[in-house]
Amino acid sequence: MASITFREVEGSSLKYWLLFGALGLFVLFGALAWNTMHHHGHVITGMDNQIVWGLPHVFAVFLIVAASGALNVASIASVFNKPMYKPLAPLSAILSLALLAGGLLVLVLDLGRSDRLIVAMTNFNLKSMFTWNVFLYSGFFALVGIYLWTMLDRSVKSWTKTAGTAAFLWRLILTTGTGSLFGFLISRELYGTGLLAPMFIIMSFAYGLAIYLMVLAAAYAWTGRPLGDAVMLRLKTLLAVFVAAVLYFVAVHHLTNLYFTKAHAVEAFILRDGGAITSLFWIGQILIGCVIPLVILLTALGRQRAWLMIACALVILGGIAQMYVTIIGAQAYPLDMFPGFKASSSFFDGEVHPYTPSTPELFLGLGGVAVALLMTTFAVKVLRLLPVSLDDATVAKLDQH
Amino acid sequence: MTGKMKSLLALGAVALTTAALAWAGAEAQPKAGGAPVPVITKAAKGEHCVEDTAYMRRNHMKLLLVHRDRTVLQGIRTPKHSLKGCIDCHASEATGSVASAKEDFCVSCHSYAAVKIDCFDCHSTKPQRTTAMNPSHPHAASVSANVEEMAGVSR
Amino acid sequence: MNELNTMTEQAPHSPERRRFVGAAAAVAGLAVVPGVMLYEVADARPEDQPASSAVRWGMLVDATRCASGCSDCVTACSTENGWTPVAQSEHPRQAPQWIRKLQLEDPLTQAQINLPMLCQHCAEPPCVDVCPTGASFKRADGIVLVNRHTCIGCRYCMMACPYKARSLVHEPLNDTQKPDVPRGMGCVEACTFCVQKIDRGDGTTACAEACAAAGHNAILFGDLNDPESEISKRLRELPTKQVRADLKLNLGVRYHGI
Repeated sequence: MASITFREVEGSSLKYWLLFGALGLFVLFGALAWNTMHHHGHVITGMDNQIVWGLPHVFAVFLIVAASGALNVASIASVFNKPMYKPLAPLSAILSLALLAGGLLVLVLDLGRSDRLIVAMTNFNLKSMFTWNVFLYSGFFALVGIYLWTMLDRSVKSWTKTAGTAAFLWRLILTTGTGSLFGFLISRELYGTGLLAPMFIIMSFAYGLAIYLMVLAAAYAWTGRPLGDAVMLRLKTLLAVFVAAVLYFVAVHHLTNLYFTKAHAVEAFILRDGGAITSLFWIGQILIGCVIPLVILLTALGRQRAWLMIACALVILGGIAQMYVTIIGAQAYPLDMFPGFKASSSFFDGEVHPYTPSTPELFLGLGGVAVALLMTTFAVKVLRLLPVSLDDATVAKLDQH
Repeated sequence: MTGKMKSLLALGAVALTTAALAWAGAEAQPKAGGAPVPVITKAAKGEHCVEDTAYMRRNHMKLLLVHRDRTVLQGIRTPKHSLKGCIDCHASEATGSVASAKEDFCVSCHSYAAVKIDCFDCHSTKPQRTTAMNPSHPHAASVSANVEEMAGVSR
Repeated sequence: MNELNTMTEQAPHSPERRRFVGAAAAVAGLAVVPGVMLYEVADARPEDQPASSAVRWGMLVDATRCASGCSDCVTACSTENGWTPVAQSEHPRQAPQWIRKLQLEDPLTQAQINLPMLCQHCAEPPCVDVCPTGASFKRADGIVLVNRHTCIGCRYCMMACPYKARSLVHEPLNDTQKPDVPRGMGCVEACTFCVQKIDRGDGTTACAEACAAAGHNAILFGDLNDPESEISKRLRELPTKQVRADLKLNLGVRYHGI
C-alpha cells in the first residue's frame, strides 16, 4: 500500500455543504417523524394489529442487511488477500458502520416504547433472536471499529488480517441472525424456514456491494478524484454474481413452496393475487432488482460508468421491494388456524390485510438512510478513508505486488 | 485578536456565567413566582401510611421497583405494598386521583424534583370502585371483619 | 377450646360467662373461617404467596354450545379488562382485541362453527421465546402474560404468535384503565385469563362467567392439574382438540367441536 496515498476529502466546497445540509434535512424530518409517533402512538401510522411491522422495518432491515454486505470489499482485501481491493477497504468499513447505525436507529425509534431502550440493553432473553441481535450488532460496531483502526493507524497495521477475519466471521453470524429473525417464526407460512438465513447473507452481498459502488463512484466524481475502470469492472462482475445468487435463492424458495399443496394459497397470493404485493414481487424484486441489473452487468452496457450506476440503483430499489414483500407480504396473508375452513371474525381473521404506509413511517425510514449517508459524508472529511487516486495505473501497480 | 483582548473576553465570559448561575441559584428558593413547592396533601383515608414518612421519602421508589416484579412475575400481591393501596389512600379529594392535577400526590413532588415517572402511562391514577374480594363470594362478609388486617387493602 | 369443654361440664351460671363463651366461639370461628374458605375455594392461594406450578390454569371451549351472533364473552372481557370493544373504536384495525368470536365455514358443506378465539396460554409459548426483554413470560401457574414494565413494544411476539392473540395499544389511554388491569400505549397485551380475578380467588374468568350467565355454558375455566376440577372431569368426557395442534405447543385452551 506504499504507493497509495489516502487523504481526507476537503469538504469545504458549496457542493459538500449542500449535500450535508440536504442529508441533515432528511435526518431532521426523520427525527420529527419519530417525535410525532412517540407522542401520539402508532395510531398515526399505517401499521396496525394485522401488519405489525411496516415500512420502517423494511428500511431498517434493508439497511442492516446492506451494512453487513458493505463490509465485503474490505473482507476480500484483508481476509482473502487480494491486494487490489486494499485501498477500497477503509470506505467499505466506514460505510458498513454507517449503514448499520442508520438501520438500527430506525428500528429502535419505531419501538412502541422507544424510551425504554435501556431496558432492551439490560434485560435479556437468551432464547430470543432479537436479544442475540443486540449482542451481534454491538459486537459488529466494536469489531469493525477495531478493524478500521488497524487500517488507519500504521502502528497496528499488522493486525489488519486478524481484525478483518474476525469482522468477516462476525458479520456472517450477524446476517444469519437477521435472517433467522424471520426464519425462527413458525407461525407464518412464508417464514419458519432455514432458507432465510443464507438468503439474507446473499442479499447482503448484493445490496451492500451495490450501495458501496454508488457511494464510491459518487465520492470520487464529486471530489474530482480519478476512479479507474479496473476497479469498477472487477466489482461489477462480483455484483452480477451476487444478484444471480439472490435470484437463485428466491426461485428455490418459491418453487419449493409451490410443490406443497398446503402452500399453494399463500404462493398464489404472493405470485398472482396479492395486488400491490404481487407487483412489487414481479416488477420490483425480480425485474428491477434482478433481471434488468443482470442484463446490464453481463453485457457491454455495464462497462459504462453511467449504466453501472443505474444497475446499482436498480439493485437497491429491488432490494427494498424484496424486503417489503418478505416483511409485509408475509403479514398480509392471514394466519391459517383452521386449515380447510374459511374463517372470519372482528379481528380480520381469514382475510388479506391491507397496508398503506403513512408519512411518518416513510420519513422515519428515509431519516435512517440519511443518517447513514451523513455519517459517511462526515467520515470521509475527517478521516483518511479515500485514496487520492484510484486510476488504472495506480491500481495496476497493486496487482503486481 | 491580541492576547490582552482574549484574556479580557475570557474574564468577561467567566463573570457573566457566574452571575447567571448565581441568579438562577437564587431563584431555586421557593417563593412566589418560583417553581411550585410540592403540595403534600394529607391522605384522604387511614390514620397513617403503611410505612413512616421518612422511610417512604427515601425508599418508595425501591418498594415500587422491587415489589412490582414480584407481583407481576410471581403473583405476590401483598396488600401492604400494593400500588392500588397507595392510590386508594393518597388520591386527592378534589380530583380523585394521584396524578391528574398539579397538586396531586405523586405529580406534585415529581414535577418539583423533575423526576419523570411513567407509572401512570399504564396504571390508573384513581382508586378502584369495587371491593377487593368478590362481594358475591359467600365468605366475603366474615373475612372483611378485621379492619386492622385490611388497612392496606384498597376497598 | 379448653374453656368450652370446662363450660359444658358445669352449667353456665352467669351472663358474663355466656358472653365470654359466645365471644370465644366467634373468635375461634373467625380464625378458622379463612382456612375453611381456602379449602372450599381450593385454588385461591393467599395473596402474598407466589403462584405455583402445582396449578395449571386452563380453559375448555365447547364450540357446539357457542351461539352464533352472541358475543357476551367479548363484552364481558372488554368490560372487566377495560379495553374498548372494536365496534366502538375509531380505529378498528388498530384496536386491541383480547378475545374475538370466530366464524368458520366448511367450503364443501357451508356448515358453520362458532367459537371464541383468545390467547391459548401455550405451555411452550412462541411469544415467550422471541421476546427480547423477557417481558412476555409464562407464570408458574401457566398464565402467559406481558410484563409491561419491561415491554419495549417491538411487536416481535405479535409476529410470532400462531393465533394472532396479541394486540398493540396504538393510542394513549388517558387514565381510562381499570385499576386492576394496568395497560398502556406502546405495550403489547393479550388475554390474561383474568389474572386479577384468579389471584383474588374468583376461580374463573369474565368470559366464562358471562357465557354461563347467558346459559350457553360453552366456556369452562379451571385447574388442569386438579383431576377433580370440573374442567378436568369434562376433558375426560369430551373429545377435544388444540388449535394448530401440529405445532405441539401444549395449549391451555382446548376446544370441543372443531
